Amino acid sequence: MSIEVRNIKKAFGDKEVLKGIDMMFERGKVNMIIGASGSGKSVLMKSIVGLLEPDSGKVLYEGQNFYEKDHREKREIRKNIGMLFQGSALFDSMTVEQNISFPIKMFDRKKPEEIRERVAFCLERVNLSGSEKLFPAELSGGMQKRVGIARAIAMNPDYLFVDEPNSGLDPLTASVVDKLIYRLTQEFNMTTLVVSHDLNSVMNIGDNIMFLYKGKKAWQGSNKEVLHPNCPPLEEFIFVSDLIDREARAVK
Amino acid sequence: MLLGSIFKTPEKFSVYYHLALAEAISMTAGSMFIVVIISSFMGAVTTLNTAYQLTTGLLPSSIIGSVVSVSTLLELAPTVMSFILTGRIGSNIASQIGTMRVTEQIDALEVMGINSSGYLIIPRIAAGLISFPILVTISAFLCTLGGMIAGYVSGEVTPYDYTLGIQTYYDPYQVVVMYVKSVVFGFIITSVAAYHGYYTQGGALEVGRSATKAVVYGCLTMVFADYMVAQLLL
Repeated sequence: MSIEVRNIKKAFGDKEVLKGIDMMFERGKVNMIIGASGSGKSVLMKSIVGLLEPDSGKVLYEGQNFYEKDHREKREIRKNIGMLFQGSALFDSMTVEQNISFPIKMFDRKKPEEIRERVAFCLERVNLSGSEKLFPAELSGGMQKRVGIARAIAMNPDYLFVDEPNSGLDPLTASVVDKLIYRLTQEFNMTTLVVSHDLNSVMNIGDNIMFLYKGKKAWQGSNKEVLHPNCPPLEEFIFVSDLIDREARAVK
Repeated sequence: MLLGSIFKTPEKFSVYYHLALAEAISMTAGSMFIVVIISSFMGAVTTLNTAYQLTTGLLPSSIIGSVVSVSTLLELAPTVMSFILTGRIGSNIASQIGTMRVTEQIDALEVMGINSSGYLIIPRIAAGLISFPILVTISAFLCTLGGMIAGYVSGEVTPYDYTLGIQTYYDPYQVVVMYVKSVVFGFIITSVAAYHGYYTQGGALEVGRSATKAVVYGCLTMVFADYMVAQLLL
């Protein structure tokens, strides 16, 4: 259950955002796309999930090109996709329970008890049992992210996409969300793709890391290799982050 | 193009049915207060204005009833009430869908494999087609009743003469025109608002702009449609 992108290009007017990207995202691993703001990370992720059609190139789910499929075939692929958005994107008018059960009710013919069990299971996985009747407005940012993750795994997906999971969260909550993503990836053996510019997150959970620079893949490796990348743009990116300080403190 | 896309990969009928029903109940119940108040006073003012113009004494006072009823069926209940409802329902739909767009809720629907345009727009248009004729019927009744009460209270026309005027000039075809207008306007208001909401880009400011555009373009389209319906049916 892997995802591959081949020679993806995307431009908005004269501005080329993605300039021919090739990548492979492996199953059971947290694949991370990192880069500075404007490097094309979110555009790449949106192209992969089908929210932005690329100008050229292929997005292959198990070798099948997503953009060559008709509407019904795309829907079948999307049923296997769970996604956590940067702002959580929970449905305001629905309770936590209704948010999580929404994709199940739309696509599965399950009995109400089975749906309730599945919702309880998902909430238990994100440590939010008992919050079924709350509305998104009653939750903190971290809780909203966790409900977003619970909704993303409700259909037991093969692919999990996460857009900037730590934005707007304090470091402690961010760490909790990171660990949760890592644990669920292992538990459900999903192909997880995380877009982030948080190097703490990269060091904590990044199994397979791709660095985007000016619309191109500039580097690829693991979190063990990222501190010595031999890639000037990535070295600069790391240098300006607080990672160096963290490493220095660890050496002391 | 948007109307074409809403029918691609439609969801289960039961999904649309329940959403449309809930939306229609919300639209009808939520608009009831404004419809009751405005319709009653609209009828009352039309009666007083008509009475004011009948200064010669050559025309019977029952003519007031006929003027009010014909005006109500052809224009006041379907058209004027729809203009008012554009402000309430149109802006509501545009801001609801626009907020969903800028907070990525529509993207979330798409990623789940749900046809977001169909899921969000079909139930709202269906609800408009159900609730507008209901609201316009209530409006027509209250407008006529308000006119009768105003005529009685002011002493311009007795309820008997007023009712006689209504009966004398009543033509069932006017009711047909009223319902055709209500359905056409219900479709225009909901679809124009949904369009502007669905294509909102940006943040809270743009959601407000979409709501404003929904009202402005909804009213402009309705004026044109009102003329077309009158030209075709009368």
